[in-house]
Amino acid sequence: MKPEEIAVLLREQFGEKVLESKLDSLNPWSVVEPHAILEVCQFLKADNRLLFDHLELLGGVDFKDRIEVVYILYSMALRHRYTLKCRLARENPVVQTVESVWRAADWHERETYDMFGVVFRGHGDLRRILCPDDWEGYPLRKDYRFPEHYKDMPV
Amino acid sequence: MEFKYDGEVMTLNMGPQHPSTHGVLRLELKTDGEMVADAIPHIGYLHRCFEKHAENVEYPGVIPFTDRMDYLASMNNELGYCLAVEKLMSIQVNNRVRCIRIIMAELNRIASHLVAAGTYGNDIGSVTPFLHCFRDREKILDFFEETCGARLLYNYNWIGGLMYDLPVGLEDRIIDFLNYFEPLVDDLNHLFSYNHIFVKRTANVGILPADVAIDYGVTGPNLRGSGVKFDVRRDEPYLGYEEFDFDVCVGRGQFGPVGSCFERYIVRIYEVKESCKIVRQAIAKLTPGDVKESIPKRVKPPVGEVYMRTECPRGELGYYIVSDGGIKPYRVKVKSPCFTVMGAFREMSRGTMIADIISIIGSVDIVLGEVDR
Amino acid sequence: MESIRTLLELMPGYRDLPEFLQETLPSFCASLVIFAFIGILVMFLVWMERKVSAHMQDRLGPMYTGGWHGWAQLIADSVKLLTKEDIVPTAADRLLFKTAPFIVFVGAFAAFVVLPFGASSIVSDLNIGILYAVAITSLSVVGIIMAGWASNNKWALYGGMRGAAQIISYEIPAAMSIMVVVMQVSSLSMQDIVNAQKGGILHWHVFRNPFSFVAFFVYFICSLAEVNRTPFDIPEAESELVAGYHTEYSGMRFAFFYMSEYTNMFVVSAIATTLFLGGWTSVFPESLLPKWAPPGPVHFVLKAIILIFVQMWLRWSLPRLRVDQLMYMCWKVMIPLSFALILGVGFLIIY
Repeated sequence: MKPEEIAVLLREQFGEKVLESKLDSLNPWSVVEPHAILEVCQFLKADNRLLFDHLELLGGVDFKDRIEVVYILYSMALRHRYTLKCRLARENPVVQTVESVWRAADWHERETYDMFGVVFRGHGDLRRILCPDDWEGYPLRKDYRFPEHYKDMPV
Repeated sequence: MEFKYDGEVMTLNMGPQHPSTHGVLRLELKTDGEMVADAIPHIGYLHRCFEKHAENVEYPGVIPFTDRMDYLASMNNELGYCLAVEKLMSIQVNNRVRCIRIIMAELNRIASHLVAAGTYGNDIGSVTPFLHCFRDREKILDFFEETCGARLLYNYNWIGGLMYDLPVGLEDRIIDFLNYFEPLVDDLNHLFSYNHIFVKRTANVGILPADVAIDYGVTGPNLRGSGVKFDVRRDEPYLGYEEFDFDVCVGRGQFGPVGSCFERYIVRIYEVKESCKIVRQAIAKLTPGDVKESIPKRVKPPVGEVYMRTECPRGELGYYIVSDGGIKPYRVKVKSPCFTVMGAFREMSRGTMIADIISIIGSVDIVLGEVDR
Repeated sequence: MESIRTLLELMPGYRDLPEFLQETLPSFCASLVIFAFIGILVMFLVWMERKVSAHMQDRLGPMYTGGWHGWAQLIADSVKLLTKEDIVPTAADRLLFKTAPFIVFVGAFAAFVVLPFGASSIVSDLNIGILYAVAITSLSVVGIIMAGWASNNKWALYGGMRGAAQIISYEIPAAMSIMVVVMQVSSLSMQDIVNAQKGGILHWHVFRNPFSFVAFFVYFICSLAEVNRTPFDIPEAESELVAGYHTEYSGMRFAFFYMSEYTNMFVVSAIATTLFLGGWTSVFPESLLPKWAPPGPVHFVLKAIILIFVQMWLRWSLPRLRVDQLMYMCWKVMIPLSFALILGVGFLIIY
């Protein structure tokens, strides 16, 4: 399916929960409301015309005024790709987990939590994966400053 | 698979330093005698903040960093990144650059699979194939050293071209090597791959069904070992792979169910032979040209984002690059195949024995540099 | 042993010693001779292993130390091991930790008492020779468990437990395949068994009847499991347990474990040679032997070293079996097979 048709399907199904879309870019994407992401993902996986069974990438991007969580989905059965984005506030980024839709999201969401501080509601085991468990701060944010002390020892 | 254990459960650490974990991987095993009730992987010991570095250097300066992620298949890492930036900047490279990139990527795939096979043998107990595989890998590394001066981390694929052209006569030497090497793969199979003890150790172990594999996002030889015929080079071709004639190797279930450790291993051996075919065809398609003609003076992509994936020896390596129009990338996110496979590890290893854990780690062929980045 | 006794009686002042010293001094000298033999033998065997493994892996092995193909490599290694720091882990059980290597070594060393090197070169021709050999080599199991437990290391404990289970299980088919030969000779004495094989290669037990032929292979495989060699080297599985039960050992204690592994290899090869391959008899019948033929001990040691070479060959070609597959092979394949062999030989003897 072409990205335009996928965007049309999404609009039909979810209406205003799909905010904006950019279809002429190299990587066509749509922005979805954070509280609706789980049902959109369930629809994308289950619908017979879409069948997005492979979660390729789940990551975060830190813009100055918001944190975006990017979901790049691919369909092995039908060979098409689409991207979803969720825009979250920087102070308290919370979004629902899609672990129940694709089990691959488990570790990818842990990494996004580790690097950006995005809390995925409903995740079974949300803890740091790459940094040590007692690390302070979220390294990939643009305003991250390397800590001066670690447990009262100067670094 | 649920495992009911009775009696006490001992917590054992297959610690960061261990001969068989292929790097610094820590596995927390909960064992009851020899049976493993749970195996929880802890990673992050080799985290070198690749994505943060990529935001602080210019676009060409990111290439040496990409080398160091999966250090056994550096050419493929660089290739993915360069293709992503070239897609963003709409740069077309000429035929010579394309063919040389394919030759280098496939030779690196052969070298990486030789390491995978050799170290798998080492873990299972058979030390001799390890040395035989490394002996042949040395010859491939000699080719890389002739071309770009380095044996392991090359910085050879540049955005829009290559660092150096091929040395004179290298194509003939590569053909000689392939003629010498292809019969040796059959020798390896006789000695090791179809050895009765090896088959018994791997053929019914670590079964990953196809639907579970897709759900966990597993790609590459691990997915093909589970029976799913999917290869980026065939299904979403890049660099002109659609003009090459090669088979996509899938696990056939010769000695046990599809999706076992043996299938994942034997798919890699088949792929080595297919890569030899591709290298021969690429050498035949080589045309004279200038490898540096499309390299831009300043890499300054327009505002936008791109996602590009390539078939690395360990799976699909995906680069998601967000550009804000400057000379440094705004965000480079890497989708690493080994990281994704480790997410499925816990499921594969429940209810097996400690010796099987070693078998499973060897068969998924992880490199901790790519898991942790 | 007789020669040692005669040599000692030649020394002045020997007859003036008290009785019990006159009895024990020959055995003490014999053990010194055996110890020296083991020292040189182990050095040679380790050098041979390194060379054999190197050539199988398409490389060269020791080449520098001493000049010709690195023959002095082992002397250098022994000096290095002797001068290493003696580390005992803090939380380890000190007494058990320190005595474990010696117990493992004693188990292998004491079996040399009954090995018939030549027609009269045997330390003591016990009339229960082979039974004694089998019994005393199982003493090393105790040492292995002690080493695994006393290291206070879960991985070493795994190695010790697996080693104990493996060795104890494989003693059964080994002993039963020995019974096949003992039944044919009707004697447990080692010299009697060798004398029954005089007459050239066709009189060797291995070629005498099909049951002994199979019994030779059964014994050989079980002996691989006894000495923890690949494909049965789970107790010391390098890639799983680092070094299994001797992970925590360094320096001289580790050297003892290493020595006892090669001594054990020689002992089981020597027992296989004695029982199946004719011991110190030569390939040709005695009537055809020229006067300049080498004496018995040369044949004996040569045959044992050929068997050791086969053991090394197997080690460097085959992967490792998993514990449950190993136990399956012992209890469901080897033991029924050896039962069948005993029954077959029994019928053969009666009819």
